[in-house]
This record gives sequence, structure tokens and C-alpha cells, in this order.
Amino acid sequence: MLDADFFRRWMTATAAAVDREAERLTALDSPIGDADHGSNLQRGFTAVATTLEKEDPQTPGAILMLAGRQLISTVGGASGPLYGTLLRRTGKALGDAGEVSEEQFAQALRTGVDAVMVLGGAAPGDKTMIDALVPAVDALGDGFTAARAAAEEGALATTPLQARKGRASYLGERSIGHQDPGATSSALLIAGLAEANGE
Amino acid sequence: MSEDTVSDGKKGERRVGIVLVSHSAQVAASVAELAQGLAGAGTAVPVAPAGGTEGGGLGTSAELIAAAAASVDRGAGVAVLTDLGSAVLTVKALLAEGDELPDGTRLVDAPFVEGAVAAVVTAATGADLAAVEAAAAEAYAYRKV
Repeated sequence: MLDADFFRRWMTATAAAVDREAERLTALDSPIGDADHGSNLQRGFTAVATTLEKEDPQTPGAILMLAGRQLISTVGGASGPLYGTLLRRTGKALGDAGEVSEEQFAQALRTGVDAVMVLGGAAPGDKTMIDALVPAVDALGDGFTAARAAAEEGALATTPLQARKGRASYLGERSIGHQDPGATSSALLIAGLAEANGE
Repeated sequence: MSEDTVSDGKKGERRVGIVLVSHSAQVAASVAELAQGLAGAGTAVPVAPAGGTEGGGLGTSAELIAAAAASVDRGAGVAVLTDLGSAVLTVKALLAEGDELPDGTRLVDAPFVEGAVAAVVTAATGADLAAVEAAAAEAYAYRKV
């Protein structure tokens, strides 16, 4: 079972990973975006870590709802509402249970990913965060390590794709050959699950 | 500002509020000024820009959007117009939250400048939210060539 501490560890592990990788995320965002993905997410997840410590929500659902709210408020770019919606819908689907099974979590995360697809209008293959999140959710039945590998593979596989959503889509064919920053940060988020589980 | 008491003799009439969300504070403020200017002097329509980040940079601020929407809410609904990308997504995410924006707030699918002018001019007539939304959306149909 996954308890509130697991979800706190997930958020702090993601915040640390985003902090560590912020420069790389921004570098990936330079040729095909507006070079702010790393700094935006760094600001957002730092705020998440601070707020979780201050408000100390007690259930998995409440932790993710609060984290998502914080991302919507503080990121300042499109990744804010997208990651915010992902965490809030996932949290909402978990309800107010004190702990949840891995299977319940996998289902909830799928609900969250579906909500992101509706919000952003992106489908798999559009060179977005969805290209890491969908394979991760599909692999989650085999555990967090499998999900992490699937997300990383999905992020790497965005390189030859042509962007069809967001600012990168304005570049048309010139977006080909660059790994998508959103898919890359999504892989960090999924890697945070494995880390939180001590894997 | 005394939106509820001035204008064309309809004292106390509640106007639809307009929020203009842009990645740039200057763009949002200028489009608000332009739309109000074209709507005519003394227009009673509450219009608020929500541009850029709270730090003054380019981007979108959920806090600025929520504050702008609250500031123009007169109980007749609020029409929100956006430029692109995170501005659109942030408003949609706030609407999905349910309690972040005043009741009767709508994201209006319209071109930013032309839609803002149409929305403010229409709202100035005392039109309801649906009419304001329709007028703003109709701006897409105006071809320039």
C-alpha cells in the first residue's frame, strides 16, 4: 500500500530531480521552445515542497491536490496548468483514503493523464509530455521501475517526432531532432515514483 | 469607477465583466485601453488586464487572472479572452477547479484584439454574457483580405 509519506517522498524526489536537471530542461527548451521550462518547473516544484511542508496535508489525495494547485499558481508557463491538472485529477481520483494500492494509484494516474490530454488537446506522437506519461501509465502494472524505464524511453523517442502542439509546433519540421522538454520532465516525475518507493 | 450607476440611463444595470489575459502585461493593458477607447468615452464596462507573470515577466499568472476576474465581476458573468498557450491552458485549468473564478466566468474563443473590442462594445450595450461571447467569437469571421 502507498501511504501519505510515499506521496510526500514522490513530490520531494521530483522537486530535487527538477532542481538537479533544471539547466538541462531549459537547454532542451532552447531550440524548440522559449528556454524557460527548467526554471519554470524549478520554481513550481520548489513551491510545492514548501507548501507541503507548511500545510502538511494528511492523505495521498490531499497531497496531490495541493501540489497541483501550487503548480497552477506558480509555474507561469503551459507546464503549470498541465502538470497541475495531472496531479489534481490524480489526487481527486484517490479520494480521501489514508492509503491506496498500487493498482488504485495506477488507475488514478491514468485519469490524470487523460485529463491532461483533454486540456492540452495532445495525443501520443505529438511530441509532448504525453509521450512519456502514457507509456509510463501503461507500464505501471509492472511496477515503478518499469514505469520509469517506459517514461525515459518515451521521452527519448520524441526526438525524431515533429511537434504538433505548443510553441514547438510553429517550427514544423525544424522541431525534428530535438528531445521534447515536457516529455523529459515527465520522465523525471515518473522516476520520482520509483525513488519514493526506494527503487 | 462606478460601473453600476453611470451610462445610458439604465441605473443599476449589471454589465458583463471582461478579462484580457496575455503573456505580456503591456499587451493586456494596451488591448484593454484600445477596446475601452473604441467602445466610447465613459463606457461602463468593467475591463481588467491580466498580463504576464506576477514578477513582471512574460508568461501567465493564475493569481493575476483570478484577481482580475474578481475585480470585474458585477454578477452578470465574466468573459475571459486570452492570447495563446499557457494563457489558454491556465484559464481552462482555473475553470476546471470550479471555485477559483467567479460564477458565470467563461473562456471566450475569440481573436484577442478584435474579440476584445467586440466584447467590450457589446457589453457596453448592456448585453448578457452569451451575447458578449457570440460577438467576440464572431470576430473570427471577419476576413481582412
